Amino acid sequence: MSVKETIVVAMSGGVDSSVAAALLLEQGHKVIGVTMNLWEYDRVGGNINRDSGCCSVDTMDDARCVCSTLGVPFYVVNFREEFEAAVKKDFTDEYLAGRTPNPCVRCNTYIKWGALLDKAEELGATKIATGHYARSHFDAENGRYILRRGRDPKKDQSYALYGIKPRGLQRTLFPIGDFNKNEIREMARKFGLRTAEKAESQEICFIPENDYTRYLQAQNPELASLAGGDIVNKKGEVLGHHKGFPFYTIGQRKGLGLSLPEPVYVTKIDAESNQVTVGANHDLENAGLLAGDVNWVSIAEPEDQISIEAKIRYNSPATPAMLQVLGSNQVRVIFAEPQRAVTSGQSVVFYDGDVVLGGGIIQAAE
Amino acid sequence: MIEGKNKKNAVYLDHSSTTPVEPQVVDAMLPYFNLHFGNPSSIHSFGQEAKVALEDARRQIAKLLKAEAGEVVFTSSGTESNNWALKGAAAFFAGRKKHLITSTAEHHAVLFTCQFIEKTGFDVTYLKVNEFGMVEPQQVADAIREDTFMVSVMHANNEVGTINPIGEIGAVARQAGVLFHTDAVQTFGKVPIDVQDLNVDFLTVSGHKIYGPKGVGALYLRQGLQLEKLLHGGKHERDRRAGTENVPAVVGFGKAAEISGTRMQEDFALVGTLRDELQKKLLEQIDGIHVNGHPEKRHPAILNASFAGVESDSLLLGLDLKGIAVSNGSACTSGTVEPSHVLHAMGLPKSIANSAIRFSLGRKNTSDEIDYTVNALKVILKRLRKFKRR
Repeated sequence: MSVKETIVVAMSGGVDSSVAAALLLEQGHKVIGVTMNLWEYDRVGGNINRDSGCCSVDTMDDARCVCSTLGVPFYVVNFREEFEAAVKKDFTDEYLAGRTPNPCVRCNTYIKWGALLDKAEELGATKIATGHYARSHFDAENGRYILRRGRDPKKDQSYALYGIKPRGLQRTLFPIGDFNKNEIREMARKFGLRTAEKAESQEICFIPENDYTRYLQAQNPELASLAGGDIVNKKGEVLGHHKGFPFYTIGQRKGLGLSLPEPVYVTKIDAESNQVTVGANHDLENAGLLAGDVNWVSIAEPEDQISIEAKIRYNSPATPAMLQVLGSNQVRVIFAEPQRAVTSGQSVVFYDGDVVLGGGIIQAAE
Repeated sequence: MIEGKNKKNAVYLDHSSTTPVEPQVVDAMLPYFNLHFGNPSSIHSFGQEAKVALEDARRQIAKLLKAEAGEVVFTSSGTESNNWALKGAAAFFAGRKKHLITSTAEHHAVLFTCQFIEKTGFDVTYLKVNEFGMVEPQQVADAIREDTFMVSVMHANNEVGTINPIGEIGAVARQAGVLFHTDAVQTFGKVPIDVQDLNVDFLTVSGHKIYGPKGVGALYLRQGLQLEKLLHGGKHERDRRAGTENVPAVVGFGKAAEISGTRMQEDFALVGTLRDELQKKLLEQIDGIHVNGHPEKRHPAILNASFAGVESDSLLLGLDLKGIAVSNGSACTSGTVEPSHVLHAMGLPKSIANSAIRFSLGRKNTSDEIDYTVNALKVILKRLRKFKRR
């Protein structure tokens, strides 16, 4: 990296983005630290210091403090309206439609690689950088930027980044993607950053105490009174009563309030009929899936079909599959081996080894 | 390791937020930290030294208001003074009168205090300001009811600088037998204030806007008037505001008021000239500028302008990256730029309200700094106007 550039670093107040900023500064770049204010922190009665994510007052102070240590400008930018429209509203809408959304994916696609990228340009920066465990490089042969997994397989965050458009990836740096977490903490200590020992936060930032049920009810007063419905088996026989379908997820076993001889799992959530279907473990096995809102980040859209490895949730490994392009940003994925609990609303990400080819939102299990 | 921030090329144009403490003020304060450290309420010689300093400072503040020393009570801030005047009057009249009048363009220290008072069972009328951010005396006359106990209208608006006809509003209030408070934080020490001419009963001032220290303010209470206390405790400040006085800060505040008094005309001329120069150059050299606030009846140091097609926070950040400090609206806890309630109250379209920044000049600014700022703005605007936000 010989060219010195002005780079906006998205600072969450955590150790990863702190080190990202320090590394870029060490490489001689001009760094501007930016924390995005994405939601209103709780007022009287709430705990403004709760440390659940990127927007509490404490984490902003941490980011500000790190930038002061580094001697670089720091700003908080207000993307609350954008976040409300692109992430929070979708989160609620998806649950109400019987799907299980992934707000972090949308935040990356629409906020970090949307509003923040625009803001960076306004500030005269040529690139943005984040503290994600992912890597990217320029592939001269195809004339494209390639998104890859982070080197540390335990920390790899490439799954949530597939929505970046090629133009966004071209203007992005992932300074910590080549390191593992211990190395990052070690560097943070070396740089004298106060976030060096800070604990990880893996919760959804805008959900208080990681309780999405309470959040959905608070957001939608009508939900609190939403009548429950029937829990049925695949034959349609009523086995019990559910408290409202948005509060269940595919594959869920606990908390169903059923006493049956065999363990049962949620296999289907139907918003229209207000039914939660349960079945045996093997009923969760899916041969494939349909996905929409597909984005191809590292390659052009394939002509027809390609073999990939598909990752169907953040915590599952990628598994071999065949991908068929259906047009209109829709694809069909057929697994080599059936996969358990394919969940509508979650993202499926297409890999070729380390390379993130693209991904989409799961519309249906097949 | 990594070099610190370079402040060499900084241009500070945010004097309505706060000002640097004058060296003479610092010198005046220092002995009161460790040499004359006594508690002004103590009987012994240490206490008396502090007490004398406190009363000297009170006279200095009073002089600048054309008031009596006994009418000045020190507080922790302009915010406390505003809170005290409003909550103190509400508590005093509780059960007898229940109506309060203020304006939609007040500082949050007044606006949010009124909203709080409203929650405790009082009625509040928020007078609409005109397109310049001004309250008309007739509006006040029309709003006064049988049970109105107080009117609170700011002297100069902190965001756009518009100066309200306080003397006339005060006359309306007095005629109706209603108390009148004004928040004069922006004008104190900057423009001549005479509490008799202004017909005010209560008036708020602050130390750090006049090259004094932060953490000290005062409330003027017309002789003979009472308020319920905000802070209860010892019999400090003639039993009106409990809490050991912040003597070094009070001494600094007094000194800063004295300096402001002696150089008011000079400051007024210098700052006013520079502000007019800035406005003229911006209008001449940059397209799509809208000046907010009253064209004439305006604070000499304040220029609030909107820049078509850009967002204020982008402008503010861009200027800061070039070492130029300006402001917009009021910063919230997290430090983001919030839309201005004042520009909104003035009925300005969203495109103007969301593209405004406030320049507020001070006695150390120079003509070169004005040129540097105009040139920097040109560069930034050229870049920003290339992008259209979605």
